[in-house]
Amino acid sequence: MSTDFETVIGLEIHTQLLTRSKIFCGCPNRFGAAPNTQICPVCAAFPGVLPVLNRAVLDMAIRTGLAVNGQIRLRNEFARKNYFYPDLPAGYQISQFELPIVEHGELIIEPEGAPSRRIGITRIHMEVDAGKNLHEGIQGASWVDLNRTGTPLLEIVSEPDLRSAAEAGAYLKKLRSIVRYLEVCDGNMEEGSFRCDANVSVRPRGAERFGTRAEVKNLNSIRNVMRAIEYEAQRQIDLIESGGKVVQETRLWDANQNLTRSMRGKEEAHDYRYFPEPDLPPVVIAPERIAAIRATMPELPDAKARRFRDTLGLSEYDAGVLTASHELAGYFEATLAGAAPADAKSVANWVTGDLLGRINKEGLEITASPVPAQALGALIAMIQENVISGKIAKTVFALLWEQGGGDPRRIVAEKGLNQVTDQGAIEAEVDRILALHPEKIAQYQAGKSQLLGFFVGEIMKATRGKANPGVVNELLKNRLQTS
Amino acid sequence: MESALPTLAAASRALAAGTVSSLELTRACLQRIARLNPEINAFITIDEEGALQAAREADARIARKEHTPLTGIPLAIKDIFCTQGLRTTCASAMLANFIPPYESTVTGRLRTAGAVLLGKTNMDEFAMGSSNETSHFGPVRNPWDLDRTPGGSSGGSAAAMAAGMCLGALGTDTGGSIRQPAALTGITGLKPTYGRVSRFGMIAFASSLDQAGPMTRTVEDAALLLQVMAGHDPLDATSIDAPVPDYAAALPCDLRDVRIGIPEEYFGNGLNHEIRAAIEAVQEVYRELGATLVPISLPMTGHAIPTYYIIAPAEASSNLARYDGIRFGHRADQPKDLRDLYCRTRAEGFGPEVKRRIMLGTYVLSSGYYDAYYRKAQQVRRLIAEDFSTAFAKHRLTAILTPTSPETAFLLGEKNQDPVSMYLSDIDTINVNLAGLPAISLPCGLDARGLPIGFQLIGRPLDEPAILATGHAFQQATRWHAHTPPGVTP
Ligand SMILES: [Zn+2]
Repeated sequence: MSTDFETVIGLEIHTQLLTRSKIFCGCPNRFGAAPNTQICPVCAAFPGVLPVLNRAVLDMAIRTGLAVNGQIRLRNEFARKNYFYPDLPAGYQISQFELPIVEHGELIIEPEGAPSRRIGITRIHMEVDAGKNLHEGIQGASWVDLNRTGTPLLEIVSEPDLRSAAEAGAYLKKLRSIVRYLEVCDGNMEEGSFRCDANVSVRPRGAERFGTRAEVKNLNSIRNVMRAIEYEAQRQIDLIESGGKVVQETRLWDANQNLTRSMRGKEEAHDYRYFPEPDLPPVVIAPERIAAIRATMPELPDAKARRFRDTLGLSEYDAGVLTASHELAGYFEATLAGAAPADAKSVANWVTGDLLGRINKEGLEITASPVPAQALGALIAMIQENVISGKIAKTVFALLWEQGGGDPRRIVAEKGLNQVTDQGAIEAEVDRILALHPEKIAQYQAGKSQLLGFFVGEIMKATRGKANPGVVNELLKNRLQTS
Repeated sequence: MESALPTLAAASRALAAGTVSSLELTRACLQRIARLNPEINAFITIDEEGALQAAREADARIARKEHTPLTGIPLAIKDIFCTQGLRTTCASAMLANFIPPYESTVTGRLRTAGAVLLGKTNMDEFAMGSSNETSHFGPVRNPWDLDRTPGGSSGGSAAAMAAGMCLGALGTDTGGSIRQPAALTGITGLKPTYGRVSRFGMIAFASSLDQAGPMTRTVEDAALLLQVMAGHDPLDATSIDAPVPDYAAALPCDLRDVRIGIPEEYFGNGLNHEIRAAIEAVQEVYRELGATLVPISLPMTGHAIPTYYIIAPAEASSNLARYDGIRFGHRADQPKDLRDLYCRTRAEGFGPEVKRRIMLGTYVLSSGYYDAYYRKAQQVRRLIAEDFSTAFAKHRLTAILTPTSPETAFLLGEKNQDPVSMYLSDIDTINVNLAGLPAISLPCGLDARGLPIGFQLIGRPLDEPAILATGHAFQQATRWHAHTPPGVTP
C-alpha cells in the first residue's frame, strides 16, 4: 500500500508599494516609461551617492503589519544583501535581515468548501526592487532598464502552514485583497507588482519533520501558483515513491509545459554576505506613530463582511462576494447609500446579479462599470418608491449601461415609464380585459386559479408594464371573486 | 626652516581689504603647481581654466561686498569628492575617465561660499593606503624629502599644502587619512565627528568610518574651512542634524580650565624616542599655558587595528561592488559573457591593495565567518567607543593628547611590500574613527632628519570647538606650524 502524503507550503510574496516616489531617492515610482528615464545617480548607484529612506514606506509597512495582526518592531535596521547582477546597480540590495519590521502575523483563510484556517506570517520586511534586464531584440548583448530600481517592496513570508494548492490560492486571494484595501499595493500579479514564490515539500501524513523543500519561482497568477504547487508536490511524491530523494533547489515554473524545472541547486546558492547597511542609521518608530496609523486603518474584508452580515442582514454568501475586493465593496456601499429607502438585500441582489453578471460577461473590472453606483442606487430607490416596476428597472438599467451612465429619474420621466398606481386607471383597464375573456373567468372561478397569471400578464401588456403589479393583483382577485 | 607661507586666514583678510586679488592668489598657486607638481605629483587633475574663472567671479563678488571668508581662496580637493563636470578618479584606473554629473555636498558648499577649486589631488586608490603609493597615478613625494612618502591616503592634499600649492585642502579620513599625512608633512589636519560633515558625493571606502575634513596651515584656517563644510545634509542620512557652532569664535580660550588626558597605551616601547620627546615638549607647553595634564588609560587601544581591518574591508567589499563595468568607469574590452565582463573589468580596474581589501572584506562577511569576525568586530568597536566616553567622563577631560603617527615620513617603497607593517602606520589614529570622535593633528617638531612630527588632540563627539581652541592655543605659543620644507619659499 502506498503512503499517504501531505503537502507543506510556505509562500513568499513581494508587494510593490504604491508610494509617490522611490524608496531611497526622489525619483517618481511609476511604470511604463521609456527605459532609464525615471532614474538618478542614486538609482544607478553612481560613486559617492547615498540612500535616504522615504518615510511613506515605513507607514505602509506598519499598516500592512497591523492588518495581519503582526508585532511592529520599533527599532528597525536595514541590511545589505550582496550579489552581482546587471539589474542591481550597487551590487547589493538594501533589505532587512535579522530585524524585520513585522513579525508574528496571521491571516485567516476560508478555502472554498473547507473549514477556515489560521496561517502564520513569519515576517514582513522592507526592501528595494531591482531593475530589469532586457534580452529581446538584440544579438549577443542585453539591455538594462533601471526604471524599476528603487521601487519599495514589502516581502511577506508565511509560515509553512499551508497544506494544499487550494489553501495557497485562498491565502493569496486574501492577502491581495488586504493590500488592496490598505491601498499599499495594486496586487497585479501579471505585471509583477504582487509576486509569489512557493516553498513546497511533502511528507508522509502524520510525520513530524518537514520534507526537503524546493522553492518554485516564476508564478505570475494565482492559477499558476496553484498549478505549480500541485505539479511540484506530485513530482516529489513520485520521486520518493520511486526510491529517489528530493534535493533542496530552486525550480522555475513553466506555464506552457505545465511543469517545474531545476534552476539552481543548494551548492550554487548565493552567499549574500548580509551585514547592517552603514549608510542608513537605524530607524526608530514612535509608538504614537503606530497608534496614529492604527486609528486611520480602513475596515478590512473580514470586518466588513461581518458587518454586511450582522448589521445589513446580507447572506454569508453575498457578504463574501461583495467584500472580495475593495473596489466592489466600495461600489456596493455607494450604491446602498443612494438607494434609500431600499434595503441592503435588494441592493445586494442588484449588484451581485444584474451588475456583476453584465460586468463579468463583458470582462470588465468593477471600477470600469459604465453604470455608476449613484445611478444604480437611484434606480433601486425608484423601485422601492413604486415609481417603476422591477421589470421596467431592468430596461432602464440596460439603457444606463448603453449610454454609460445618466440620471435614471430623467430617463424614466422622459420615456414615460412611470408606474401607474392610480387605482381608477388600473380598474378601468382590469374591467376592459375581463370583459374580453368571459370563458376564462368561468374557468378561474371553477378552480383553475393559475389563470390569475394570465390576467395579470394581459393587463401588464396593455399598460406596457407600467401598472403596479401589486395593485393589479389586488383588483383582479376582488373582481374575480365577486363577478 | 621657518618661512611664512601665507595662511588662509591672512589671505582672506587681504582679499577683503583689497590688498590682493583672488586672481593673483590663484595664479600664484597655479604657477607653483606648474613648477613643483611634476616632481611632487600632488595633483591628478589641475583645473586651470575653472580656477581662473572662479577667481574672477570671486573678485567681482568681493568688489560687490558679498563675499564670505572663503571667497577667492584657492583650495586643493582630494580626488575622492565628486565634482560636477570635472574628472573624479579616486586615484583608480577604474574611474580614470569618470566625470560626475553631480557635485559632492562639501565641494558644493565651498563653491557656493566662493572658494576657488584648483584641481583634484592625488591619493591612495579608493583611499586605501597610508603612503599614497597605491595610486594609479603614481606616488606623491613628500616636499620635505622627495624620497619619502607624504603619508596617505590624503597624501596629495598634504603635499600640496606643505609645498604651498594652495591655501587650504580637503582630505578624507577613514582610519587616519587626514591626520597621518598632516603629521608627516608638517601641516594641520582635522577629522571631524562622524556625521558632522556630509558624505554625499564623497566616494565611499568604509561608510561607517569615512569623514571629510580640512587640511590647512593652522588651526584657525581649519576652523574657517570646517565652518562651511559642516552641517546637516538631507542627502546623507548619517549626517548629524545639530547646529553648527561658530568655530573661529571659539578659538581664543583660557587653558586654565582645560584638562588633557595622556593615555599610557599610546606611549609604549614601540614609540620612536624623538616623537616621544616632541610629545613631552607639547605637554610642557600645555602645562605652562595652565592646562591640567591627566594620566589616563584606554585599555581597548590594542584592539583597534584588527577591529578596523575587519570592519573597513567588509564595508569596502560591498561599497566597491558597483564598479562592474556596466554604467560608468572602466569596462573590459570584448567580454565573452557577463562573468568575463565582471572579472576582467575588476581585475583590470582595481590595484592590488584594493583587491586585497575586497577579498578580506568578502571573507569576513561570508556565511560561517560573519559571527567570528564582523559581529565580534562590531562588539569590540562599541567597547572602544565606551573606552573613550568613560575616560572623558571619569576624568572630566577636554581633550586627549597622543602622537599622530608612531614614526615620521618613511621612504617610498619601504613598506609597500608588507601590508601589515603599513597597516600599523595608523595605530594612533584608527581608534578615533572607530569611536566616531573628532581629532586634529598639529605639527610639533622635527626629527633628526628634519622631518615633521605631529601630535593629536582627540575630542568628545561634536566638540570640535574644544580641540580647535586647545590646538589654537598651542599654535599661538609655538611656531612649528610656520615651518616649511627646505627649498619651499613664499
Ligand atoms: Zn532615483
